[in-house]
Amino acid sequence: MRQVELELKDKFMLRNFKIVGATFMTPVFSGLINQTPTGLHRRCANLRRRIGLILLLLALIVLPFIDTNQYHIDVMTTAGIYVMLALGLNVVVGFAGLLNLGYAAFFAIGAYTYALMNLYLGLPFWAGLPISAVSGALFGILLGFPTLRLRGDYLAIVTLGFGEIVRITFNNLEFTGGPNGLLGIAHPALIFPSRLNGIHFETFNFGVESSPYYYLVLGIVIVVAFILMRLDNSRLGRAWIAIREDEVAAATMGIDPIRLKLLAFVIGSAIAGVAGCVFASKQGTITPDSFDFILSVMLLSMVVLGGLGSIKGVIIGAIILSILPELLRGFAIYRMLLFGLSMILIMIFRPQGIVGSLRRKMELKPSTEKIRLEEDEVLEEDRRK
Amino acid sequence: MLWHDILIQQLINGLTLGMVYALMALGYTMVYGIINLINFAHGEIFMVGAYLAWGLFVSFASRAQGIGLLFLILAGFIIGMAGCGILGVAIERVAYRPLRNAPRLAPLITAIGLSFFLQNAIMLVYGASDKSFPSIFPHYSFTIGRTSVTGLQILIWAISIVLMLILHYFIKLSKLGKALRATSQDLKTASLMGIDVNRIISLCFLLGSTLAAAGGVMFGMYYNTINFHDGYIVGLKAFTAAVLGGIGNVPGAMFGGVVIGLVEGLGAGYISSQWKNVFAFIILVLILLFKPTGLFGEAGRVRTKG
Repeated sequence: MRQVELELKDKFMLRNFKIVGATFMTPVFSGLINQTPTGLHRRCANLRRRIGLILLLLALIVLPFIDTNQYHIDVMTTAGIYVMLALGLNVVVGFAGLLNLGYAAFFAIGAYTYALMNLYLGLPFWAGLPISAVSGALFGILLGFPTLRLRGDYLAIVTLGFGEIVRITFNNLEFTGGPNGLLGIAHPALIFPSRLNGIHFETFNFGVESSPYYYLVLGIVIVVAFILMRLDNSRLGRAWIAIREDEVAAATMGIDPIRLKLLAFVIGSAIAGVAGCVFASKQGTITPDSFDFILSVMLLSMVVLGGLGSIKGVIIGAIILSILPELLRGFAIYRMLLFGLSMILIMIFRPQGIVGSLRRKMELKPSTEKIRLEEDEVLEEDRRK
Repeated sequence: MLWHDILIQQLINGLTLGMVYALMALGYTMVYGIINLINFAHGEIFMVGAYLAWGLFVSFASRAQGIGLLFLILAGFIIGMAGCGILGVAIERVAYRPLRNAPRLAPLITAIGLSFFLQNAIMLVYGASDKSFPSIFPHYSFTIGRTSVTGLQILIWAISIVLMLILHYFIKLSKLGKALRATSQDLKTASLMGIDVNRIISLCFLLGSTLAAAGGVMFGMYYNTINFHDGYIVGLKAFTAAVLGGIGNVPGAMFGGVVIGLVEGLGAGYISSQWKNVFAFIILVLILLFKPTGLFGEAGRVRTKG
């Protein structure tokens, strides 16, 4: 008890001392007192975060060596594809605030693009990857250009309709294999120079084992996440936030809402295209059933659960929701029931998700509460100073 | 059969389906008109209504005869409509009301969550297989020229038209209907005029859900089968109908439903039944592109603020 009191007293004294010191010394050491500590603090936090990230990456890289269970690696690979998709959807829904309920369609377009290119033209995976991205983006423009002028929930319905149209189209067309889908899609292969017996090129075929895909997916996820992190902090990212929060205000500040919304839509669709290509090459078989509305909703719930707009949150959300069903195999039939329930509960009790950004939280609250939150934020900043 | 016989036959089939869509579209349009929410769970309410009636029909169909069958059908409608009315009001209370002031994305997501929840709850209770309706309505059919109309189709038309007329006059003539219209025009002002807005919103869900349930019972009787995910696709088409008629516009929703039904009937008959689910979506996309206010909608409701 006494100890606590002393501590409190110490803290109080120290704080007083700091305040007094700051008041007197500010003119003299303004640089030292006001900026250095916070700057140092931030740098330390950055360093800690970086070390954490590097450790996490190392752990992910060595995982297949430690855990040789193919099934586990396969689950992780699938989770990685979901992470990719959720990150892409996050650009559309989280950054730009456009509710896309037909996101699975772009995934399907990417997968079918690679599958058709591979089966009919013999295109290898590495050529298919950019082509799938471009074709996803093209369809994004095709759908986005006319529809992005619509208000949010209408856009949701149109994208939903688009998702159904795409699925039914793949289901009914002859050359896409109808309901049976496409079979025998080539797995990726790596060609690299080898000096084992003189200089020649060697081919490493990915085959059916999971770990090569694991690294492939890990690599792509890292690249995508890095690009998106940079985007989030860029001029473009801020413009998206502005549009999301108030389109009219954003437009008066010189932001072109339609163009930037289209850009978000296209980036999201391109990422889905890439994910589709990886998915098709991994599975070797695709059917229209894999790209139904439930997938779109699953992806949306990953983004919402993790925290709209937060890259870290979305990754966590995607991993949780893609691994959870594997853990709950016994309760598989309750899975969607629980999904539905959790979506309702999250929206009511924690609309910002697991790792929601404060800004997003403010947006999801009624205006009086918004003001309170803004005040809290200002106070927080003052306290930090 | 000559070409116009086929055409008339398809029109008759399409009209029957259109009546069901119209009943559903009314629920979408009323709810959207007041709280600007696409009630995604509306399709599931339709499906729950069909399941409730199915349960009743299956348990009593073998015991009822003659006039008893008519009473059974009546009871099926009443149970389905009452159950769904309660369900609709409960849904609004639990999932939408807490988010009344939140941005529109939040309630839309709870609506999707609800839709999943209801689908899977029904699947867990009744099983995933198709449930076949016992054919309790006597199979009359009237032949005019070379086209035929079944008694069931006439029953569906009659019930739909009666329900729509009741709704129309309720909204137009009753005091509550007047309050509903006022709330739909301006929620805040209506509440300042002493209208209990929460009660009106509940009323809206009650009316919409009972109509959807009636549609569900008829849908089940017409196709003789019902499945837990039927509500989703029917709901989408009904929403398309509501948008076509101009969202928030009650007569527009009725008209839109009939048009969607006819288009689907004709499309399935003349082009291909495989693509029948696509027609409604293509219409939806086209309307939203070229006339987003719908055929009878008010201007300025659909476009973004920008």
